[in-house]
Amino acid sequence: MGKWTRRAFITTGLLAGGTLVVGVAIRPGNRSAKVARLIADDGETVLSIWLKIGSDNVVTAIVPHAEMGQGAHTTLAMMLADEMDADWSQVRMMEAPAHKEYANYALARGYELGDMDFPAFLIDTIDGIFLTATKQMNLQITGGSTSVATTGMIGMRVAGAATKAILLEAAAATWQVPAHELHARNSHIFHDASHRSAPFSEFATAAADIDPPAKPQLKSENEYTIMGTSPQKLDIPAKVDGSAQFGIDTVLPGMKYAAVKASPVFGAVIKSIDQSSIEDLPGVRKVINLGDAAVVIADGYWQAQQALDRLKIEFTASGNEGIEQSTIFQQFSKAMDDATENKRNTIDFKIGNTETAMAESSHFVEAEYKVPYLAHATMEPMNCTAWMHDDQCELWLGTQNPLGFAAEVAAAIEIDQENVIVHNQYLGGGFGRRAFADYAIQAGRIAVQVPYPVKLIWSREEDMRHDHYRQANISRFKASLDSSGKPTAWVNQFVDKHDPIEAPYIPYGIENQLIHFADAETHVPWGFWRSVDHSLHAFFTESFADELAHAAGKDAYEFRRDLLANNLRFRDVLDLAAEKSAWYEPLPGNRGRGIAIHKSFGTIVAQVVEVEVNNGKVRAHRVTCVVDCGFAMHPDGLRAQMESGIIYGLTAALYSDISIHRGAVAQSNFHDYPMLRMDESPQIETYIINGGGRVGGGGEPGTPAIAPALTNAIFSATGQRIRELPIKHHDFNRGNPGAKDIA
Amino acid sequence: MMITLNINGETHAVDVDPATPLLWVIREQIGLVGTKYGCGIAQCGACTVHLNGAAIRSCVTPVQAADEQQITTIEGIRRNDGTLHPVQQAWIDEQIPQCGYCQSGQIMSATALLMENPSPSGEDIDRAMSGNVCRCGTYGRIRKGIERAAIVMAHEAVVEDTGNG
Repeated sequence: MGKWTRRAFITTGLLAGGTLVVGVAIRPGNRSAKVARLIADDGETVLSIWLKIGSDNVVTAIVPHAEMGQGAHTTLAMMLADEMDADWSQVRMMEAPAHKEYANYALARGYELGDMDFPAFLIDTIDGIFLTATKQMNLQITGGSTSVATTGMIGMRVAGAATKAILLEAAAATWQVPAHELHARNSHIFHDASHRSAPFSEFATAAADIDPPAKPQLKSENEYTIMGTSPQKLDIPAKVDGSAQFGIDTVLPGMKYAAVKASPVFGAVIKSIDQSSIEDLPGVRKVINLGDAAVVIADGYWQAQQALDRLKIEFTASGNEGIEQSTIFQQFSKAMDDATENKRNTIDFKIGNTETAMAESSHFVEAEYKVPYLAHATMEPMNCTAWMHDDQCELWLGTQNPLGFAAEVAAAIEIDQENVIVHNQYLGGGFGRRAFADYAIQAGRIAVQVPYPVKLIWSREEDMRHDHYRQANISRFKASLDSSGKPTAWVNQFVDKHDPIEAPYIPYGIENQLIHFADAETHVPWGFWRSVDHSLHAFFTESFADELAHAAGKDAYEFRRDLLANNLRFRDVLDLAAEKSAWYEPLPGNRGRGIAIHKSFGTIVAQVVEVEVNNGKVRAHRVTCVVDCGFAMHPDGLRAQMESGIIYGLTAALYSDISIHRGAVAQSNFHDYPMLRMDESPQIETYIINGGGRVGGGGEPGTPAIAPALTNAIFSATGQRIRELPIKHHDFNRGNPGAKDIA
Repeated sequence: MMITLNINGETHAVDVDPATPLLWVIREQIGLVGTKYGCGIAQCGACTVHLNGAAIRSCVTPVQAADEQQITTIEGIRRNDGTLHPVQQAWIDEQIPQCGYCQSGQIMSATALLMENPSPSGEDIDRAMSGNVCRCGTYGRIRKGIERAAIVMAHEAVVEDTGNG
């Protein structure tokens, strides 16, 4: 693929029927007419594939991202509307159809231009066949906290500014006045000298004739009128009266319901199904063997699930039946030992010379940390409604990756991708889970066997036992300190590196560092889990930093601060967290504060947790959170995401543990995979620093630092260092084995 | 078996296995899909509806138990004039929902609480709401939403009293 050119970036085109449109093309060539058909109603002129202006002067922002509670729909619409000088009360949002034209061109473009960090893990969600066939980065993915940072900054804003420019030019031509005498405000164009004004819609058709500027002028921060404010989110009204449509709410004429049970042991397949046990049950329509899963279709979901529970299914042995969680951790330890012994660790990051530095030191600290597998447990279990008709497969579901899903379903049922139509609905939680197409593929494979639409719903048990899990891991550290307590070398080893690349890297000025890992793949399916590798590495690195502070005899905040002398942006975030949390104010004996800082997806977050450990019970009372994502487009939305990320991470740190027993996941529902609830929910205060520079993500960065901030607080309160999550497995009525401080 | 359900003031006769959880009858037979499936074992509260004014988990309530009873779902809590219930309005004012999937259940638990206890303490709120899980972690905002709604409803009650007196 050639380098993107400016001409290819914004193009014009002609619609069938004679309506002129302007499109922001995702690749050289004019392809926007095809898309315009999908999104233009009568009386509307499509000005770009990112917006349309109706004859009623309503501006509709067309957002190529899924809404799963992160506020992308609202924030992206704001960015476009601000650059256009649109009247926010007259702005609507629609989610872009799953179509190649809506592939996440901003991501691709940024990558091609090499002007940004491309979240490499996103690529992995694209089916390989799909990627090869198209030779394009056909991304329409919501993940990696990229919506605002890439689509918004590069896409929505440019589209808005370009549209304003051509509207102004059209108005200038209509009114026969110089364009520079015009200005736009509240979806109107004004010519002050002649006291004329008219709504955007009046110039929409004329504007569509004009070539948009190759490089429209974007606003500077002091010109923003909508960005940086917190209007109410567009999706919320439908979420308070039951009218919001999630995938599971799809209703089609003649629709039946399906329940599914895949082999509990990953990798096993069905040997036999004995249908006789359920044949006479009311409402049961059909039993389907998908090879690795059994499906019952019935008139109602409860009938289908009841029948499935009674269905006699025999699975073949996969060879994984003997695997226990302890086996997996032993495998990790052995892989790490072997890699070290045979010098076969993969080097991830290296500066200076840790061996030399360590040879010069006599004060070492070592620690080993362990984290379990985690399930996403979205509130809406996986589900997909599929209907095969007229050689097309229509899907109704919530997905973070509509194009990737279309490709994967098409490949699974052997039809052209163009014939898979994805109707994306609200996502009842995503957190990375809805980037994996397994549930849609199952629905597609069911749909080809029946003449009616089928709604496939995974039971909570199926959802928990067939997730793509945040990986379990072990991380080992050794550091040396000089006589003043300053770390001179940092060595870190773990297993299995995924994404993002920088997850294990530390912001601290330690001259000699070696970060390396061993491979130790297991049979447990891996997946993106809110903040991906950051979720584990922040716990590892920020726990160990805390241990070093203790070993050095220094305050945990000051120790970090000293090591951030050349990383002032981090230091500002850390300082504000200490200040707002009243770091130095004494606490009662059973309480403690812990601090942690971590950067992910371009956003720096520091958190201070105030914890109470009483009668063996841990209770986080207060969380102080400071976030610097460059510029907060929607400050209240960013605060909401911090609150959300904190509760998500606290839940995992305190309770979450997916463990493997006889090759399968032992947990099944919220009784054995418990959630943090309101009575355990801390008071959260979030402070925002607009530090400038490239805008970072918001959906994930609230999660990584909270686990170590909490365990560091527990150490402060009790002297007990938590090196293994979840915290529920620790007994706080007993003593602590203590840090291995080799002085 | 024929069951008679009074849902949001409307009577429905349904022919259904009496053991079927009320949740699935509301969603599939009645067609009101605002009430959600989350766990099926009364652990998450996404399916919360009112049975004779009290919050119940419809995923474990056999439809038979609701025969001839008054059921209210999220679709039925607007005021008679069509305006939002103060709890719904507070959910907008405090910008509570994120993914939104659990919020029907949260709102049904909150409205039941305020019917029974118009000025709940923080502990009362915790107790009434701890059966409802939110994976987006909106608990802090929900707490504020309930406090806001309680104030609005108390004010309305005063106005009503004055009007009647």
